[in-house]
Amino acid sequence: MDKPVNQGAWLLVLPVLLIVAFSAILPLMTVVNYSVQDTFGNNQFFWNGIGWYQELLDPSTDLGGRFFDALWRNLLFSLLILLIEVPLGVAVALSMPRHGWRVAATLVVLALPLLIPWNVVGTIWQIFAREDIGLLGWAVNRLGIPYNYTADPLSAWVTIVTMDVWHWTSLVALLCYAGLRSIPDAFYQAARIDGASRWAVFRNIQLPKMHRVLLIAVLLRFMDSFMIYTEPFVVTGGGPGNSTTFVSIDLVKLALGQFDLGKAAALSIVYNLIILAVCWVFYTVMTRMDAQRN
Amino acid sequence: MDTVTEHLAWMAWTWQTGAFFAVIAGLLTLLTVLALNRPEVARPGVLGITTTRGDRLFITLLGSAFIHLAWLGLVGGEVHYATALSLLYAAAVFRWV
Repeated sequence: MDKPVNQGAWLLVLPVLLIVAFSAILPLMTVVNYSVQDTFGNNQFFWNGIGWYQELLDPSTDLGGRFFDALWRNLLFSLLILLIEVPLGVAVALSMPRHGWRVAATLVVLALPLLIPWNVVGTIWQIFAREDIGLLGWAVNRLGIPYNYTADPLSAWVTIVTMDVWHWTSLVALLCYAGLRSIPDAFYQAARIDGASRWAVFRNIQLPKMHRVLLIAVLLRFMDSFMIYTEPFVVTGGGPGNSTTFVSIDLVKLALGQFDLGKAAALSIVYNLIILAVCWVFYTVMTRMDAQRN
Repeated sequence: MDTVTEHLAWMAWTWQTGAFFAVIAGLLTLLTVLALNRPEVARPGVLGITTTRGDRLFITLLGSAFIHLAWLGLVGGEVHYATALSLLYAAAVFRWV
């Protein structure tokens, strides 16, 4: 531990850094430049200082109100899907077979939703949930439950959350399954000899082994759901009203719909900072857990 | 020179943002030089994680961004106070984290 870290090896990543500079750093710098200016096109810019940021962070303004509404909506969505997908993923992983040909079959079936392009997932659910020709929408309405995702915000939320659960629970399940596979059979045998209950096996053997992959699953699912764009855009387009307008959808409306590049750039920077901070917190927690284990 | 300006027009540079990035680039260069000439020992801090100088710079920059945003959102205007606060925060991070 007392050995000085030789950071010289980092120079070897210089070529990658150059490529990243053109693909990510220069565009990001441009966004920062835009966020302090206003433009009406034609590469003409007018200095606005911290104006857009002030407006963005003040909920009483139009821009600030929109931003905070979209942010809370987005956080609620992330919370909901984590509350559903994580326990469900663990349950699926626990009930997956551990030996034989059924392992491969289950893995293939579980991997299928992950392989479908996001806009196709959106289209599938857009049709599936329609009340006139969609199997789901038609059946639910026939059961006497009013359901129309184009007119009712609750229906729209149910559709989008269900779609995300359908699309991504597999990822959590597969990650947990990988964690479970690393437990030697001897652990289960010892538990059986001790007469451990199913719950005790889960609590003391399986959960500690899944701890790390679960954290990765939560991180991935949080990030992905916090940045979600394609699926809700295809299914509801942010509606009805603004009820499913998440931050990324609002950002695109602002930048490409209204061509308010300055405001959109300020929003992008704040959005980016939030994601960076959450990533860092997760990274720190993981590093701490590793340090404690060693 | 003109062509360089023309090619960079889409990036919409201002001297303020230029200075901002120059400071960050300067800090990164300084850390690179330090890392090569005076290799360091990663040490544990108040967060319970071992950090290097680079980690501490990252924590400082990210934290400073949020200090500025919080200042704008909660107090409003007069961001140089937030900058002063960030410098204090930076000193604290490099000392204790």
